[in-house]
Amino acid sequence: MAILVVVESLDGKLKKASREAVSYAAQMGGEVIALSLGDTDQEELATLGANGAGKVLTVAGNFASSSDAAEAVSEVMKSVGANVLVMAQSAKADMIGGRVAIKQDAAMVSNVVSLPDTSNGFSVKASIFSSKAFAQVEVRKDKKILVVGKNVLEIKEDCGTASVESASVNVSSDNKIKVTGQEKATGDVLLPEANIVVSGGRGLKGPENWGMVEDLAKVLGAATGCSKPVSDMDWRPHSEHVGQTGIKVAPTLYIAIGISGAIQHLAGVNSSKYIVVINKDEEAPFFKAADFGIVGDAFEVVPKLTEAIKALK
Amino acid sequence: MKILVCITHVPDTTSRIAFTDGDTKFDKNGVQYIIGPYDDYAIARAVELKEANGASVTVLNVGGVETEPTIRKALAIGADDAIRVNAEPTDALFVARQIAHTAKDGGYDMILMGRESIDYNGGQVHAMVGELLGMPSVSPVMKLDIEGNNAKMTREIEGGKEFLEVEMPFVAGCQEPIAEWKIPNMRGIMTARTKPLNVVEPVASDGSVAYVKYQQPAPKAGVKMAQTVDQLVDMLKNEAKVL
Repeated sequence: MAILVVVESLDGKLKKASREAVSYAAQMGGEVIALSLGDTDQEELATLGANGAGKVLTVAGNFASSSDAAEAVSEVMKSVGANVLVMAQSAKADMIGGRVAIKQDAAMVSNVVSLPDTSNGFSVKASIFSSKAFAQVEVRKDKKILVVGKNVLEIKEDCGTASVESASVNVSSDNKIKVTGQEKATGDVLLPEANIVVSGGRGLKGPENWGMVEDLAKVLGAATGCSKPVSDMDWRPHSEHVGQTGIKVAPTLYIAIGISGAIQHLAGVNSSKYIVVINKDEEAPFFKAADFGIVGDAFEVVPKLTEAIKALK
Repeated sequence: MKILVCITHVPDTTSRIAFTDGDTKFDKNGVQYIIGPYDDYAIARAVELKEANGASVTVLNVGGVETEPTIRKALAIGADDAIRVNAEPTDALFVARQIAHTAKDGGYDMILMGRESIDYNGGQVHAMVGELLGMPSVSPVMKLDIEGNNAKMTREIEGGKEFLEVEMPFVAGCQEPIAEWKIPNMRGIMTARTKPLNVVEPVASDGSVAYVKYQQPAPKAGVKMAQTVDQLVDMLKNEAKVL
């Protein structure tokens, strides 16, 4: 049985989450075929072999339209005889998955956090209620689409090699969606991809005080984030809003500065491996969800922390 | 212009999430229900488009009679009429089939909804509806304007934004900052009582997934408090091993 994994790249580099998805598929067992839509460097794609892909297929073209992308994915599924499609959670996966589910009469599960349990049928664990709970989900169709969350499994680095071939599928574009431009978010490290995130809240008192957040982020190689009130007040751009209705992050380390820890904010960060809370209010609810904490004035603690980490490096 | 806005009826974002019946059912006890926060953005934008260009706004919910107060709230915000598909939603495919069936002959120029529901967070329905109806689907949309037969949209992507031109009719999954949430005023609440709310029966859909057992996340081991910055750095270096 072949498993097809749609992989994505950003600025010519494969996304970490896509490598995780390939390793996830490899651990399910069976032949793992990765699929790259659009133009990514062949050498870069070949490195997916180490993560567990036996073969990488490419389809050249412009896949701005999710219906075109879904058609390509669906055609490749058919041509390689894949019954399972694995994707890493992303803005694109959401757009493609549902369409492929209809085309292929497949059952789809989002936010998957475990390998399938096939002891009795086929089920996976998925995160629900904005990461406030989990469900065991039985998948009741022969064809399955699994959209895997971030940091679910370790990336395998020593699986083997993969050949890169172009897939012979024809996709006729419906031309109903045109991309007219793109704009990159500011900052050196992208928030959804970051391994470390430093976030600030209302406790920082104003946008003019964000320099120390950026300084700390810089020594850590981290992305910067913020709470909802901060983006609502336009202290920081919306693209930095971390929380239930903003960006959901799953970094190794999340540092929250002057954020009280409203449940809506926690929903966006509770998949982080370690959470550090810096707050002058020892009663701040965020401490209950944290791994490490320090009670203190951000204006004293943060610059000291930045210096201490700088000294360490 | 005809706009269909699909809304979910979901636990308030501050709800305590618990389960009953041996962890096989969501515990509705004491839970406040709201319009899904992302759906709330979709309604707000639909009402703004109506105010700017003239349009009719229909709200659709798939749910039992208990969702009617939530639907009335959407009418109070400014939708003109509502449809309730009388069924407990079982999975995304079921909901998508109901929406597609209802919208098929409705002549809608756009179908708006939230990027995902905040209970099952699937983010699947907009794409499924788009495919079922042969319409383009886009998500998550953070800006939406109409120009002639096209919509100009801004979509959030990893690492930035993408600007799109999309042919009507289309399906869009919405998120902030597409519009400001609207709070119903007294006049809205009064008129919502008499606006049409039509109840229709569902079409059949085979189950694709089943939620067989629920589980709470494991509680955190407890926070370790540092007294000094040096102690905190030590914890990050030697315990978390992240430095």
